Amino acid sequence: MADSPLQVELVAAERMVWSGEATFVLARTTDGEIGILPGHAPVLSVLSHSPVLIRDGSQTLVAAVDGGFLSVADNRVAILSERAALADDIDASQAQQDVERSEGDDDEAVRARRWAEARVSAAERAG
Amino acid sequence: MAASLRELRGRIRSTQATKKITRAMELIAASRIIKAQQRAQASLPYARELTRAVSAVATFSNVDHPLTTEHENADRAAVIVVTSDRGLAGAYSSSVLRQAERLVEKLRLESKEVNLYVTGRKGVGYYTFRRRDLARSWTGFSDGPDYADAREVADAVIEAFLAGVDVDEADTTLEPPDTELSPVDEVHIVFTRFRSMLVQEPADIRLLPLEVVEDEDSPDEGELLPLYEFEPSAAEVLDALLPRYVSSRIYACMLQAAASELAARQRAMKSATDNAEDLIQQYTRIANQARQAGITQEISEIVGGANALADATAGSE
Repeated sequence: MADSPLQVELVAAERMVWSGEATFVLARTTDGEIGILPGHAPVLSVLSHSPVLIRDGSQTLVAAVDGGFLSVADNRVAILSERAALADDIDASQAQQDVERSEGDDDEAVRARRWAEARVSAAERAG
Repeated sequence: MAASLRELRGRIRSTQATKKITRAMELIAASRIIKAQQRAQASLPYARELTRAVSAVATFSNVDHPLTTEHENADRAAVIVVTSDRGLAGAYSSSVLRQAERLVEKLRLESKEVNLYVTGRKGVGYYTFRRRDLARSWTGFSDGPDYADAREVADAVIEAFLAGVDVDEADTTLEPPDTELSPVDEVHIVFTRFRSMLVQEPADIRLLPLEVVEDEDSPDEGELLPLYEFEPSAAEVLDALLPRYVSSRIYACMLQAAASELAARQRAMKSATDNAEDLIQQYTRIANQARQAGITQEISEIVGGANALADATAGSE
């Protein structure tokens, strides 16, 4: 069981962002970082806004998530977030602008800022 | 005769112009339905995973969550009505509104006070014309809602619902929100279910308090849910999961409603186009008859005139 790779799905509310195989997934939950290798015990945890790393052999994918969940069971890893994007698809300068533009303290602005910051840090991590 | 012929030709032309417009609208609606269905399809993985996660938590922990707890003495209800922004969709909006009125009537009979949350300009227009107060309304996305729109609606009703929780019976880390929305004890949603391209029916479901329903996309029967560990804790996972679950259900309803709206519009515009064709055919027949009658009259006048002329010359010789 531990030999077979992880089946990873990165799912946003509006679409499936990425799915495929991986040997290692690194995410940051509200409690701290969690690394998932094949054969990991079932776990369901709440993600923070930090980028998620998905590694398959030497290739590493970085994805920005807007909070959400990580669920692991039977070598299936589902990363659920209302908004998610792969670092390659993120326009770093656009995200940076969004961070600067998102002012205000209401829920909407805070949420927009958090998402923009999540994208920026994912882009930095990948770049 | 000539005047009415001209009139008829004018009518044919204007009907032809109408037909072109309705035909174009029919085609636009048809192409958008496909897009709407694709969006509904694309949203399924998220809904499926979320349902799995919620059922996992619900199965392995006996945490009571305010969003799943029935309020005692439930006498206030919120109804979300999903209507369209634009007309020309046949009976689409009116049948949703009729369904909504039925539900409101039923809730009133149970002596519940009803707060209305409406999306779509048609619904807003309907209620404001009747001077009925709306708790909140949203417009501008009925034929292509995105998740953020659903999230807004969900946030509002969750806020109102949590405001209705009795503080002492709550067992949660969610704080009772400070809100200007009047608190409610249950939340219903009225939308149009997309059964197929031909059948769409208005439906209402109760959103809150939540019952975790497994729809067709739930994991196979008999598949055992793994024994999850929860981080940080089952209660906190549930706190984060359930509001998202509500948003995702509302999003699914809105997507179905959008597909239904477009299907209704396509059908309405198709029958309008067909009617225009019938009218054009009728008018063309009448116009042809009128033209023929005109020609016949002209011939008989010429023949009559020629005969009279012939008689006159014959008489003078």
